[in-house]
Amino acid sequence: MATLGFRRRRARTIFTPSPLGMVVSYVVLGAWALAILFPLYWLAITSLKLPIDVNTGPYYVPNLDFKPTLENWRYIFVDLQSDTFRPYLNTVVVATTSTVLALLIGSMAAYGLARLQYQPRVGAIGTFIGCLAFAILAVVLGAPWPVAVVAAVAAFVLLLQTIGRRFRRALGNNDIAFWMISQRMLPPITVVIPIYIVFQQLGLLDTWAALIITYVAANLPIVVWLMRDYFQSVPLELEENAAIDGASRYRIFRSVVLPLSTPGLVATFLFVLVFAWNEYLFALFLTTAKAQTLPLTVAAQNATRGPQWWYMSVLILIMIVPVIAMAIALERYIARGLLVGAVKG
Amino acid sequence: MSGTIAARPQAQAARRLDAVTTGFDRHSGAAFILPAVLVILAFSIFPLLASLYLSLVRIQFLEGGVDFTFVGLNNYAKLLVGIDHEHFLGVFADPSPLTVFIEIVLAVILGLRLRDYLRGRPSVAGAVGRSIVSIALLLAFWLVVETLAPGGRPGTLVVTLVYVFVGVALQYLLGLTLAILAVQQLPGRRFFRVVFLLPMMITPVGVAYLFRMLTDTTKGPLYPIWSAVGLADTSWVTNPWGARIAVMIGDLWQWTPFLFIVLLAALESQPIEPIEAAVVDGASRWQIFRQITFPALLPVTTTIVLIRMIEAFKIVDLPNILTNGGPGTATESLTLHAYTIWRALDFGGSAAVAYLLLFVVTFVGVSYVNLVRNRVAAAA
Repeated sequence: MATLGFRRRRARTIFTPSPLGMVVSYVVLGAWALAILFPLYWLAITSLKLPIDVNTGPYYVPNLDFKPTLENWRYIFVDLQSDTFRPYLNTVVVATTSTVLALLIGSMAAYGLARLQYQPRVGAIGTFIGCLAFAILAVVLGAPWPVAVVAAVAAFVLLLQTIGRRFRRALGNNDIAFWMISQRMLPPITVVIPIYIVFQQLGLLDTWAALIITYVAANLPIVVWLMRDYFQSVPLELEENAAIDGASRYRIFRSVVLPLSTPGLVATFLFVLVFAWNEYLFALFLTTAKAQTLPLTVAAQNATRGPQWWYMSVLILIMIVPVIAMAIALERYIARGLLVGAVKG
Repeated sequence: MSGTIAARPQAQAARRLDAVTTGFDRHSGAAFILPAVLVILAFSIFPLLASLYLSLVRIQFLEGGVDFTFVGLNNYAKLLVGIDHEHFLGVFADPSPLTVFIEIVLAVILGLRLRDYLRGRPSVAGAVGRSIVSIALLLAFWLVVETLAPGGRPGTLVVTLVYVFVGVALQYLLGLTLAILAVQQLPGRRFFRVVFLLPMMITPVGVAYLFRMLTDTTKGPLYPIWSAVGLADTSWVTNPWGARIAVMIGDLWQWTPFLFIVLLAALESQPIEPIEAAVVDGASRWQIFRQITFPALLPVTTTIVLIRMIEAFKIVDLPNILTNGGPGTATESLTLHAYTIWRALDFGGSAAVAYLLLFVVTFVGVSYVNLVRNRVAAAA
C-alpha cells in the first residue's frame, strides 16, 4: 500500500495540468459529457411529454415551457402491463442465463487453452467438416434429418479411424484460440437463416431456449478471448501448490483460479450481458410474440402513424436503467478486466 | 473434540469428490474445452456451411412447399456484375483526369511497397499473401475512388467500408483525446469516467431512435441552431452524405466510450519512471506523448481497433432505424442489404451478400492481424 501511495503522489505531480491546460481539459471533457448527457436528458423529458408537446416543437424544461405528465408511464405500466412486463422478464431471463452459461463454458475453455495442451489432428477436423457438409446436403435433398445425422455420425467415426489417421499434422492451442475468437468476425446475418431453420425443426422458435442457446454461441468468443489472457496472468506457482496438495484440475480451477480472476470475470460478465441485453437481429428473426425481448418492443413503437416517441422514451429508459446502474457500480472492474485482454490479446 | 467429529464427514466427502474428479482428470483436458467447441460447431460452423449452400441456390415458394434450384455462383454474379451490382458495388463515375491520377498514384505506391517487401527475400507464403493483399487493396481503392467521385454513387460495400474505416478512426482519435485529458489529476474526474461509460450500455436500437429525435430539424432540440443557419425543415434523409454522417455520429456516440475506457486504463497503468526522466530532461508534453506514451499504447491500440473494426462491419440497427437505409440505398450497410433482400424472400441472394460480407471481414481481419498487429507485437 505504501508503494501505491508513493506512486500516486508521484503521478499527481506529473499529471497535474497547468491552469490553462486545466481550463482546456475541462472545456473538452465537459463538452463531451454534455454530448452524452443531453440526449439522455432529452429522453427523460420526452417521456414526460404529451404527443402534442412533442409535435409542436422543441420544449426543453418541464413546468417552464411544457407541463410534464406521467401519462406515458401510466400507459406503459398500467394499460400495456403484460405487454411491457413480459418482454422485460424475457430480456432479464435470456440475458442473465445466456451470460452465466457463456461465462461458465467460455472460462472453462479459456482455462483449458491457457494451461493445457491440445493437439487436434487436421485429418480429424477435415473429416468432421466433410461429414457435416454431407449431412446438410442430404437434408436439403430430402432425407429426414434424424437419418442424416445418424448417417453422418457413423461416417465420421468410420472415416476418423481410417482416413483421419493418415494426416499427422496437428494444430496447437493458439490455433484453437484463434479459431474460437475468429467466430466473432462472423456477421450474425450470415448464420441467422440456418439457425432459424434449425429451431423451426426443433419446434423451439419463439422460446427462451432458442435465444439463450444462440446468445451463448455468439458471445463465447468474447469470453474465451478475455478470460484466456486473464487466466494466463494468474501465477502458476499457486496452481502448482494446489496440485501438490492433491487437488484435481477441477478443484484448482474452481478454488484457486476462478477466485483470483474475479475482476476479469466481472468485466466479462458485464460486457457479455450488455451484448445479450441489447441484441436485436437474432431476436428479430427467432421470436415473434411470446419470447420477444425489449429491443423489439422499443422498435415496435414505430407504429403506422409514425414513431410514438413518448412511449418509446419510457421503454428505452426502463431498459437502460438496470445496465447503467450495474455499469456505474462495476466501473473499476470493467477497465481492468478489458485491459488485460486487450494488452495480450 | 466435537469440532473434529463434525469436520470428518466433510473431509470424507471432499476426499471422495477428489477421487471422483481425479478419475475424470485423465480426460479433463477434453472436458474443459469440449462444451465450447461443441456449441461453436453447432451454432457457427453448421449454419456457416448451410448458409454457403443457401447462397448457391434459388429458393422459390410454391404451393405446399419450397423449391431449391441449384444455380451455382449466380447469386454472387448478380451482385458483382449482374443486375444488383449498382446496389452492392455502386455506380461508377465517368473516368476523369483526377480519379485516374489518384488511382495511378495509389497503384505506384502499392507497387513500390510490394517490390521493397519482395526484395527482402520473404517466405513463399509471405510473398503470396502480401501480393494478394496488395491487389485487394488496389481493387478496394479503385472501387472507393470511382464510386465516391462526382457522378458515381457508392454501393453498400463502399458505404460499409466508410463506416468501418472513417468511423473507427474518428472514434479512436476522440477516445484517445478524452483518455489523455481524463488521466490528468483533475478534481471530479470520476464523474467524467462514469458518464463517458454510459452510451455503451444503451441498446443500439434505442440509440438509433434517440438520434432520430435529436436530428429532427423541426421538432428536435437543435431546432434553434438549424433555423439560425437556415437548415430548418430540411431533412437529413434527403442528403446522402448528411444521412451517412448522422449514422456515423450515432456510432461515434455509442462506441467512443469503449475505446476511451480501455485507453484510459492503459494510460493509468503505464510506468511513470520514463516520463519523470523525460520531464527532468526538459521534454515537452508533445515529445513525451510522441516518444513515450504513444508507443506504450500501441499494443492496446491495435487490439481494440481490431475489435471495433470487426464489430463495425456488422452495423445494422443504426442505419435501419435512423435513415431506413435511405435516401435510396445511401446509408445501407452490408448487413442491412442482406436483411432487405431477405425480407423480399430472396434467401439465396441474402446469403450471398452475407457471405461476401464474411469474406471481406475475414480478409480485413486476417490482413490486419498479419500486417499490423504482429509487427507491433514484434517491435514491443
